Amino acid sequence: MTQYLLSVIHAPGLPHLTEDEIQQSFVDTGAFNDEIVASGHFVFAGGLEPVTAASVVDNTQGANVITDGPYVETKEALGGFWVIEAADLDEARAIAARGSFACKNIVEVRPFQGVVELEGARA
Amino acid sequence: MTGSPSEPGPADLSARITEIVRTEHGRVVATLIRRLGDIDLAEDAAAEALLTALERWPGDGIPPNPGAWLTRTAGNKAIDRIRRESKRDAKHAEATMLMDAHQNDGPHEDTGPVTDDRLRLVFTCCHPALALDNRVALTLRLLGGLTVAEIANAFLVPETTMAQRITRSKQKIKAAKIPYRVPREEDLLTRLGGVMTVLYLIFNEGYLASSGTGVRVDLCTEAIRLTRQLTGLIEDPELGGLLALMLLTEARREARFVDGALVTLEHQDRSQWDPTLIDEGHTLVRRCLAINRPGPYQLQAAINAVHTDALDVSMTDWSQIVQLYDQLLVVQPSPVVELNRAVAVAELDGPEVALAITERLDLSTYHPWHVTRAELLRRLGRTGDATAAYDDALALVENQAERTHLLRRRDSL
Repeated sequence: MTQYLLSVIHAPGLPHLTEDEIQQSFVDTGAFNDEIVASGHFVFAGGLEPVTAASVVDNTQGANVITDGPYVETKEALGGFWVIEAADLDEARAIAARGSFACKNIVEVRPFQGVVELEGARA
Repeated sequence: MTGSPSEPGPADLSARITEIVRTEHGRVVATLIRRLGDIDLAEDAAAEALLTALERWPGDGIPPNPGAWLTRTAGNKAIDRIRRESKRDAKHAEATMLMDAHQNDGPHEDTGPVTDDRLRLVFTCCHPALALDNRVALTLRLLGGLTVAEIANAFLVPETTMAQRITRSKQKIKAAKIPYRVPREEDLLTRLGGVMTVLYLIFNEGYLASSGTGVRVDLCTEAIRLTRQLTGLIEDPELGGLLALMLLTEARREARFVDGALVTLEHQDRSQWDPTLIDEGHTLVRRCLAINRPGPYQLQAAINAVHTDALDVSMTDWSQIVQLYDQLLVVQPSPVVELNRAVAVAELDGPEVALAITERLDLSTYHPWHVTRAELLRRLGRTGDATAAYDDALALVENQAERTHLLRRRDSL
């Protein structure tokens, strides 16, 4: 099994959703989460506050500087993510496709390097 | 065996070995990838086996089943390497396990179309998660057995660029776990479409290279060979249509260039067309269309079949060609198809009607649009407009043979 990061990209240019559609996408995303928990693919997931809430820390030189974020100003931003476990890319992208449809956002699929398994780290 | 009068000379033998090695490369590598689970290891082992073949076969003679010989030799090389490179117990155990599998697997067995390893490999190389250029490069390298230098040369990019492209693609396959298997039934047709795109792109790049001079025969031959192999592994009318389309196009190759200039269909010396390829193409078109699931490749092949049916351009059945384009527009609506249809309409209803269709199309960055306009304007006696249209086309064309042709057309106005 390989773990994949499914990044939810808030991209400009997608059709604007009505309030009802937004509420529906929350419901659908919740249902999708339940499904991948039940199927055993779910590892972790989270939605993020807007990029305006981000701060940047630079302690590479030991000076520990903190500045207002985000670090990279782009029109596209990471809005949330899932970490899933799948047999291969085809399974991962089939899951990503369902997630994208539920949350009405573009999803990027990216494999993790070999995952460090910590004893007892996962319930 | 040596010394008999029918024995081929060293030059023939070397050509024969090269041919075998290229034909068998995909199968050997594909089988090894499944057994070893590692593309690089499989490739290296295959390369070593091929070198051994080149050393031994001229003296020992070509073995009765060269593919099996190459697979067995490459498998042994891989096991040797795993043993050599690591003395660790785990690796050693792995090698022993592989060796057992290798020996029990039997020599190069043909286990039927569905389990043919080459089919797994083609779907991995043409996976939609890889960029199109990378799919093309990987397919030619792993299935076609072309060297990185040959592929780089064919696509006019530096060898280091091509090497990087191939290496990155292989890394992505490994890191992202792009699966090594034939897609499930519900995905198969879509994924096969992606494979056909790659094969047709290889063919077209060879047929009328986007720059440089004329045809790059190697790419056409390679595309046909790979498509032919695939038709033996998977039954699909569109795949048959693609092969027919390639064969009927390839059949006209000899007639397409005279003294470094492109010769268009209507001016070609049809006695130079290859009758064997045309026969095979026609048979395929008939067989595919009889299944009654027409798709873009079959219809384009059918159009080419009508063209190659006419002994002389005046005998062309233009109404059938227009009908086929109408069908093609239904399954693949595109301005390029409409443009090609307009060319046939010109023969049926005259240049005025065809020009009206052409002018409606938004294709000003596509040089054949300017060429079509130029030819239609020429027939309508609008010399000044035609000259301008040839110039617009020339500004977009890099292929030398096509430039020569267009310059001649313009200057003969």
